[in-house]
Amino acid sequence: MKISPLLSLVALLALAFTLATGLVGSADNWSGRAKSNNLFGMLFGDGRKLFANQFFTMADVYFHSGYYPSVFDKNAEEQKEIIAASHGKKESEEEEKNEDFLGRPKNWIDAFGRNFKITQHTHLENHSEREILPWLRLAADLDPQKLETYTVGAFFLREHLNRPDQAEKFLREGLRNNPDSPEILLELGRVYHESYHDATRARNVWQLGVKKFRQQTPEQQKENKITGDGLMVNLAHLEDEAGNYGAAIQWFQAAQQISPAPAALQKQIDDIRKKMNGDIPAKPK
Amino acid sequence: MNKIAALAGVVIKELYRRKDFYVLFVLTALLTLGAGSVNFFNDDKIVRYVKDICLLLIWVSALVIAVVTTARQIPAEREARTIFPLLAKPVSRGHVIVGKFLGCWLATGVALFVFYFFFAIITGSKEQIWPWLGYLQALWMHWVMLAVVIAMVLLGSIYFAAPSSTSTITIIVVAGILLLGGHLNTIALSQPEPIQGLLSFLYFVMPHLEWYDLRDFVVYDMGMISLRALALATVYGAVWTGIFLLLAWLGFRRKSLTT
Repeated sequence: MKISPLLSLVALLALAFTLATGLVGSADNWSGRAKSNNLFGMLFGDGRKLFANQFFTMADVYFHSGYYPSVFDKNAEEQKEIIAASHGKKESEEEEKNEDFLGRPKNWIDAFGRNFKITQHTHLENHSEREILPWLRLAADLDPQKLETYTVGAFFLREHLNRPDQAEKFLREGLRNNPDSPEILLELGRVYHESYHDATRARNVWQLGVKKFRQQTPEQQKENKITGDGLMVNLAHLEDEAGNYGAAIQWFQAAQQISPAPAALQKQIDDIRKKMNGDIPAKPK
Repeated sequence: MNKIAALAGVVIKELYRRKDFYVLFVLTALLTLGAGSVNFFNDDKIVRYVKDICLLLIWVSALVIAVVTTARQIPAEREARTIFPLLAKPVSRGHVIVGKFLGCWLATGVALFVFYFFFAIITGSKEQIWPWLGYLQALWMHWVMLAVVIAMVLLGSIYFAAPSSTSTITIIVVAGILLLGGHLNTIALSQPEPIQGLLSFLYFVMPHLEWYDLRDFVVYDMGMISLRALALATVYGAVWTGIFLLLAWLGFRRKSLTT
């Protein structure tokens, strides 16, 4: 029997259409990628997280204007300075000296090659910090669960670029992807308190942060001690500024449980007690 | 000299008749313009990532143009048997090697100039600054590095069977030097003997092409390198180019031209 090629084509197209109508519903469940809400998730699956780390590192490379250790140099595994900076850490001269990963030239090739390399340790400043933002944006798109991306990005947007609106937007996005993150809530509270001077919203956000921190497992709490301490100390200062001395003392005492420097907090508690007794005049609101 | 110039002229004409350069230039332009049009955090002053991406594309494109153009020169002449009428004229094998090298190098230089001009226009329109001297330095160093690469490919095209194998091997070697060249000595220190000795030897005898990569200076606006270093690097590049051309000529002199 001779079958017309046109008829075969029509039959195959009809078969493909029929199969598609039957399979389209279940095919979506075969791979989690299709459910991903961004392009990178769909393209790379979980492998995108590897790229996210690389892009986060690129942000740190840009922060140092290219003066950065490679995987072959010493200091390659040290904490990224953009994270340290976002935690308010300023480098001492000694620390900067330690970061001279190049050391003395090992031979004439190394010595001559340094003419063509960036050999000065500098940090971006005067609003040039904006140059790290594309890499943080990409890192957030590739790994929405990487919390540092949001907190570091928001810190530079708020503190160095005077863009609290964008910082808030970025943190809100981070919060949608990580609803239980006390780290993001700590930074969001700073946006409300330090940029918008909105004590009520800052208090609400930080209190939610403390709640989320306390809901974490003991291991997670141990890892996030700095965040928990930051939330409680910020709340204590907020209450102190508002004249709610009792609440301020309570937050300081709570922070003492996890703080690496409980003695310093005790001094602040003593100061508030003096204010309560009238020994020190309260700051005008 | 006239014979060499005539041979070089043919290679340059070949480059602008072929589509390689146009395709790579359009691709570079499209990707750069695409990257530049992305808006991050409503800030239109962010520019370094565009410079970074554009320069990376320029480096990849220039390397591909240089390697692919050079790798097919001598094998194509042999395959088409045009090498015989060429050598029947008062043209020596040395003239062929130098003429082919010069043609490929000048053709790559023209392509590089177009690429860097595009780069300067795009980044300048965003940044509103035009550090022409810095760009010229980067372009010169890039071109010197490509001279070494072109000479290396010519040498490879004498010994390897097909242009594809020459291209692949050279691209791997050049990429290896650019990525690891400066670190080979450090890597050697963490290896046991005899690998340590071998890597150290390699570190001292290989051409250090990574010196010619001034992208970081351009991307991070770090000014210019000293003219003394530039001159010494140029001499170093010229020496390595001479070594490869000499080896290519020695190989080509004894090579049977029948395929």
